[in-house]
Amino acid sequence: MTSTTLAPRWHEMPPGAVVRELGNSASIDRSDWRLERPVRDQEKCIRCRLCWIYCPDGAVLELDKPYINRNGRRYEVTYEFDYRLCKGCGICAEECTVKAITMVPEAL
Amino acid sequence: MTLASTRVKVATANEAAAEAVKDVDVDVVAIYPITPQTTVVEKIAEFVANGDLDAELIYVESEHSAMSALIGASACGARAFTSTSSQGLIYMHEVLHIASGMRLPLVMCVAMRALSAPISIWNDHSDLMSVRDSGWVIYVASSAQEVYDTTVMAYRLAEDPEVLLPVMVAYDGFIASHTAEPFEPAGRERALELSPKRRTWSRLDPDSPITMGTITSPEYYYEFKYQQVVAMEKALEKARELERAAQRVLGRSYGLIETYKIEDADVALLVMGSYWDNARLAVDEARRRGTRAGALRLRLYRPFPLEELERALRGVSVLGVVDRAISYGARPSGPIALEIAASIGRRLDLSLVSIVAGLGQRTVTVEDLTELAVSLENARGARDAHLVTRFYGVRGL
Repeated sequence: MTSTTLAPRWHEMPPGAVVRELGNSASIDRSDWRLERPVRDQEKCIRCRLCWIYCPDGAVLELDKPYINRNGRRYEVTYEFDYRLCKGCGICAEECTVKAITMVPEAL
Repeated sequence: MTLASTRVKVATANEAAAEAVKDVDVDVVAIYPITPQTTVVEKIAEFVANGDLDAELIYVESEHSAMSALIGASACGARAFTSTSSQGLIYMHEVLHIASGMRLPLVMCVAMRALSAPISIWNDHSDLMSVRDSGWVIYVASSAQEVYDTTVMAYRLAEDPEVLLPVMVAYDGFIASHTAEPFEPAGRERALELSPKRRTWSRLDPDSPITMGTITSPEYYYEFKYQQVVAMEKALEKARELERAAQRVLGRSYGLIETYKIEDADVALLVMGSYWDNARLAVDEARRRGTRAGALRLRLYRPFPLEELERALRGVSVLGVVDRAISYGARPSGPIALEIAASIGRRLDLSLVSIVAGLGQRTVTVEDLTELAVSLENARGARDAHLVTRFYGVRGL
C-alpha cells in the first residue's frame, strides 16, 4: 500500500471533496509525471510567446529579464520553465516555430 | 387521520409526492417523463403554473441530464427534486454516484418499475435494487400518506449537516403511483417546520469561491469514500430521530421497519412497499388457519436497519423474505434475502426462505401471501433453506 502518512486523515478532509483553496494546483509538484523535459535554446528563441500560450499547465514562465543574443539583439523578456509544474507533455516543443525547444529524456 | 378532516385529499402516491415537493418549497425541479412517474412532475408543473410553488423547472432531455441539472442546482444551494422510474433510474445511475460523492442533499422519488428486456411498464423492485449501492439513502414507502410524509422528512435527513446524503423515496409503480387513496397533507407551515430550509452544504458562491467535482489521486479517494460510510451510519441514527420529530410535527411516524403481530409469531413474511396491507391481511388469514404468522416491512433500506430487524425477529423460527427483484446467479436470488442471510441469518436461530414474487407486476393476492406464510412452516429447522430461492408463481415450476 502506498504511504499516505503526510496526507490528511479521513475526518480532516472536506466532505464532497470540495477544494477551498483556489489555485492550489500551482502548489503541487507534478514533476514526477515527466518522462521528458523541455529544454530551451535561448539563442534560437524569438520570444513569440506561443509556448506560453499553449502550455496547459502554466509551466512556461515569462520573466522580466532582458536577454541579448550573440547577434546583439536585445529582448526585454526571457522565457523559462517551471519544472515543478511541467508534466513533460511536449506541446511547447511541438508548437515552437523556430525549434528552440527540445524534449530531453528525464533519465539522461 | 380522520376522514372528517377538511385537509384530507384523495390522491395517488404520485400526487402526494408532488404535494410534498410544493409544501417543502423546493427551488429547482428537473422534469423528464417516464411511466409510471410522469404525473409527479406534471403535477409539480401545474403547481408552478398556478403560482402555488415558486420553483425553477428544467425541462431536460434525459434522466442523465435531469440528475446532472439537479447536481448543478444543489451545488448552487438550491433545494432540488426530480422523480424517475425503471430505465430512467438506470440511465441516471452514473450521475447518482456523483450526487452522493459530492454530498449533495437531493431528494428523488422513484415510482418503482420492472427493467427491460422485455419491456414492462409495470411494477417490481428491479430498478431500485440495481442502484442500492449508489450511496443514496433509500426509503420504500407503502402508501400515499407515507410518500407525502417521507418526501417531506427526506429533506431534513438529507440536509442534516452531519449526513449530507441524497435521499430516494421509492414506492410501487401503478400499485401506489396510480391508485388514489385518502391522504392528509401537512401543509407548508408544518412541512417547513419539520424540514426548514437550511443551507448546510458546501456550495458555489462568487463571494467565497470553491471548486466542486474535483479529481482525486489514489492518496485521497479512499478517505472520501470512507466519509460516505460514516455519513450512512450517521443517517441511520438521524433517521431514528427523524421518526420522533415527524411524530411531533406531523403527528405521524412509521419507524425504520414496521411489524404486525410479530411479538408471538413463529413464522414471518418480510415485504416492502405496497404489499404491506395484503401481508397483514394474510397474517390474519394464516392465523385463522392455525399458523402463528407475523409480518414485517422494511421502510428504510439504505442504511440497513439491522438492529430493528434483529429485535423484531427474536423468537421467529422461519422468515420468508418476499423479493420483487432477482440477483441473477446469487444464492439466494432475492437481493433482500441475500442481505439478511449475510447479516443476521446465522446470528438468530432462524431459517430463512427466499421468495421471489410479483415480477413485472404479476398479481400477488392476499391468498398467495397467506399460502406463502403457511408454507413457511415446512422450513422450520432447515438451516440451508435460504440457499434455494422459491420463484413463486412461475408457470411450469
